[in-house]
Amino acid sequence: MAAAGDELRMWRNFQRRARFFRPDVGECRVKPPLFDYLVARSSDEAIRLLSDNPGAMILAGGQSLIPAMNFRLASPSALIDISRIAALKSIDIVDGNVRVGAAVKHRDLEQSDAAFAVNPLMRTALHYVAHVPIRNRGTTVGSLCHADAAAEMPMILLLSDGWVMAEGPNGQRKIPAAEFFEFHMTTTREADEMIVSATFPALPSGAGYAFAEFARRKGDYAVAAVGAILECDLDGRVAAARLAACGIASRPIRLFDVEASLVGANLSDAEIDAAGELAKEAVTAPDDANATTAYRQHLLASLTRRVIREASEKVRKG
Amino acid sequence: MSTRKFGAPIKRNIDPRLLTGRGAFTDDINLPGVLHAAFVRSPFARARINGIDTSIAEQAEGVVAVYTCDNIGHLDIELPLLIPHPSMTKARTQRPLARGDVYYVGQTVAMVVAVDRYVAEDAAALVDVDYDPLDVELDLEQAIEDGAPLVHPTHPNNIAADFTQVSGDPEAAFAEAEHVTRIRVQVDRSTAAAMECRTVAARYDATRGELTVWDGTQAPLGVRGGLASIFGMDEDKVRVIAPDVGGGFGQKVMFPYPDELLVPHAAIQLGRPVKYIEDRRENFIGSNQERTQIHEIELFAKKTGEVIALRDNFLHDTGAFIPYGIAVAQVASTSIAGPYRIPNIHVRFRAVYTPTVPVTPYRGCGRPQACFAIERAMDQLAEELGIDRFEIRRRNLIRDEDFPYTREGLLFADGLRVKLDSGQYLKALDMARDAIGWNEFAAMQSRAADEGKSLGLGLAYYVEGTGLGPYEGGHVKIHPITGKVYVNTGLTSQGQGHDTVFAQIVSDQLGVKVEDVIVVEGDTGTFEWGVATFASRAAVVSGNAIHKTAVKVREQTIKAAANMLEADPLQVVLSDGYAEVPGTNRRVSLAAVATATNPLRYAFNSAAQAATQFASASRHDGPPLIDGQHPGLEATDYFSPECATWAYGVHAAIVEVDRETCRVDVKKYICIHDCGNMINPVIVDGQVMGGFAQGIGGALYERIEYDTDGNPTNANFVDFLIPYATEVPAIEISHLETPSPLNPLGVKGVGEAGCIAVGATLASGIEDALRPMGGAKFHKTPITPSMIFEAMAKA
Repeated sequence: MAAAGDELRMWRNFQRRARFFRPDVGECRVKPPLFDYLVARSSDEAIRLLSDNPGAMILAGGQSLIPAMNFRLASPSALIDISRIAALKSIDIVDGNVRVGAAVKHRDLEQSDAAFAVNPLMRTALHYVAHVPIRNRGTTVGSLCHADAAAEMPMILLLSDGWVMAEGPNGQRKIPAAEFFEFHMTTTREADEMIVSATFPALPSGAGYAFAEFARRKGDYAVAAVGAILECDLDGRVAAARLAACGIASRPIRLFDVEASLVGANLSDAEIDAAGELAKEAVTAPDDANATTAYRQHLLASLTRRVIREASEKVRKG
Repeated sequence: MSTRKFGAPIKRNIDPRLLTGRGAFTDDINLPGVLHAAFVRSPFARARINGIDTSIAEQAEGVVAVYTCDNIGHLDIELPLLIPHPSMTKARTQRPLARGDVYYVGQTVAMVVAVDRYVAEDAAALVDVDYDPLDVELDLEQAIEDGAPLVHPTHPNNIAADFTQVSGDPEAAFAEAEHVTRIRVQVDRSTAAAMECRTVAARYDATRGELTVWDGTQAPLGVRGGLASIFGMDEDKVRVIAPDVGGGFGQKVMFPYPDELLVPHAAIQLGRPVKYIEDRRENFIGSNQERTQIHEIELFAKKTGEVIALRDNFLHDTGAFIPYGIAVAQVASTSIAGPYRIPNIHVRFRAVYTPTVPVTPYRGCGRPQACFAIERAMDQLAEELGIDRFEIRRRNLIRDEDFPYTREGLLFADGLRVKLDSGQYLKALDMARDAIGWNEFAAMQSRAADEGKSLGLGLAYYVEGTGLGPYEGGHVKIHPITGKVYVNTGLTSQGQGHDTVFAQIVSDQLGVKVEDVIVVEGDTGTFEWGVATFASRAAVVSGNAIHKTAVKVREQTIKAAANMLEADPLQVVLSDGYAEVPGTNRRVSLAAVATATNPLRYAFNSAAQAATQFASASRHDGPPLIDGQHPGLEATDYFSPECATWAYGVHAAIVEVDRETCRVDVKKYICIHDCGNMINPVIVDGQVMGGFAQGIGGALYERIEYDTDGNPTNANFVDFLIPYATEVPAIEISHLETPSPLNPLGVKGVGEAGCIAVGATLASGIEDALRPMGGAKFHKTPITPSMIFEAMAKA
């Protein structure tokens, strides 16, 4: 039997070797495979580490990534911890919009009065993001990058017509939300890029807004959620409408048909009901354990009617 | 005399330690030099193994051993059939490590032991197993059809057991019926999901030939018996300790799981301690589950609503193996008539092998399924006959004067008669009707309907056979130094608060503070007779054993104290840790009495001087210990019930179904509950609430999902929906206390009560809420929003 120190060295070596032997991670086992842990002191350093370490992933709050690693669904070669980079921890109002740094915790954004004043949808939706202990650690930009198709904040970014800023070895590029979310857990971020911030534009002045969600349990990912931003003219007719939904497709999506149907409407019950019916067309998620497609359509129609009513109420109240 | 502790709402002794993180669970046991085990598990629901190549895994640094069926010697056997029953032929049980075939995803195929769990996990992935997948059928009703793929070629149509029980003369009664109600109901599979998964650690002392096993089990004595038997060791050389255990709910009464043999085996072979802590995914795919049953139940009634006969024919999913026999199905089949007289019963079940995790009891153990079947049928009968749902039950309930009410011909899971021993069933129903507000409900429902809301009232009645034998024991000893009382019993706690209720029982007899009674359970080294914790039996069986024992120690104490105090034993009172003669200054501490009753040669303290050979009170004219007398204040006794004692209760709820989201909002939930005399109402309420939470899970959320290939698809806490605190509504509990005549304390069990009726109650309420919308039936749990939507869409 080897001494304890020798054993430690031996098994570390073995693990490094074993990584190359392991058949593809088809089988889930809790507890992560071996990885390197790297702390970045600046965005530049993080981006350099990302280029230097193929297979590395950015660690911000770790609320999705670490469980995925423990289930061996993710096996990054290294984690690059950006949570200590002060420059990424700030919430700034830039050109009247809310810019959220990559290391900003959900809970800080939720409690930011400055952000709420500019775009109250964020706080409204963040109440539905998991539970307080998770929001205390999880980051909003991390959630955007994780891009779960049922997650609230990607949908809010899309609804608000926001964007993310990707930074790689060749500099920064702005990716609009509409181009960022490709598929469930897939974005158009390049492997050598880090998302350094997300910008949630201000709501148009005088706009009404609403968010509604249904999940089987409080704090779970949405079975379906809808957000709405409505602007009305002086007669109370809808001048502009934006609606988006999550949980119903392979990514958050805008409800363009619903939006088009609402422009010019004075929001009679019949018009709202018709809008709900139109929303059903957007459901492409197949039956799953939580919901059949037919139920999800029914639910989305209900939530759509609800947010249209609530948003128009807010317009009228001013 | 101090206030009686039996019946007092005393806080649990155990809580400060557990709530401040000072518990000691298996993983907290420090074993220097410990090795860690990980398992290779089958990725196929059914497959033939062509070969297992462990060579790469074995060569990996840090790996100490890799075990397959080929190198575990005497362990390469089919594991014991724990509860044999004539209805089963060639009952199939699992091998510790698969040989030749695998029968469910998660079945153990190989075990890797390494310097730590990370290495063990990585090396497990290096074990190369060559499988040929075979066809499977997951659907219970399809699985019994001719031509369905077989789980075991030995069992045509996948039938593991086929058993019929009859009470009365059902055939004659069927012919006399004026109305027949027939429904099909289904309850789906769930899992106990204890906070702590299963655990086992073992150490072997080769010089003494002693094996010590720490096991998060409900049955340390059972595990000891199994280990001794399979390892060919004397029971005295095997010590099994269940340390703090984070919940059991039945899953941990099953033994031996493969790891419970393989980990001790590795410890013996390797000469080093070995530990295995199951992770959550493994718990989902490797530890036993329960619930799937499909009942076709018929009620044969008079026009008055009186049910004169019942016929039930059900399928019971037993998973890939049937190690615990037909216990779950048998409890369901003997509970099927619920609290009703129904004098003629014909109940048949077929236990069906499916290529899934094996099925053994989970809190409720067949009772929730039986309750769901009979209660949904009662609602249906009420609707068909136009009788209200409380009234139809009133007309059928066993009346106070009918007790004890025996269902001749039915044998319960203990092999003894089904004898509902006592109760006030009608009173409980009345209490439930008042508590839920039945008289005002129609108006409330109608007002809600005017506002576009769907409000419904649901109810369900349940019975629970509890406190099964064969027996438990108690050992009580008054410590001669401190005067504290030590109590042992053979079963063990997973957080229920045994230490508090047993202490209350002893406290009353010996006049000591509850906190001065130290209950030690779950260590076969301290008490080696008994069975296990299951079937809501600890308070009934161990409780009464400890009571009987405490009475004996009380008699010894009074006799000895009377001698010391020169008083008549009838004058001596035990109070506050003293024996005293009221109205005098004559008193002596229990510690002193315990010391004095132990003739001493050496005085180790001043109190002990009184018991040494030259002390004035010592005997000088004969043997210090009279023939037949034992030293000290100590006794052991046992309690063996004549049959189960039946607790019961009524649940009722007002629910609102949101037609937009199809969410069920429980507005009010009441529970009338009778478990006989309550030892501690706080603990009884806690048990009811905990069971209720698991009942909510089964009713609305939890379902183990398998795809058609037999892969579990929600084996994690994200996708398997255990209700959070936010999903468990408030419950108002009222108690009746009808003593059981079957034991000295008059108690009945409470462990499973809370979960039994929840599914039936909520289904009843949801059905009532949606009755104006087409009258869809809710005959299946869990009830999901999709099911509610479908019901409304059909309307």
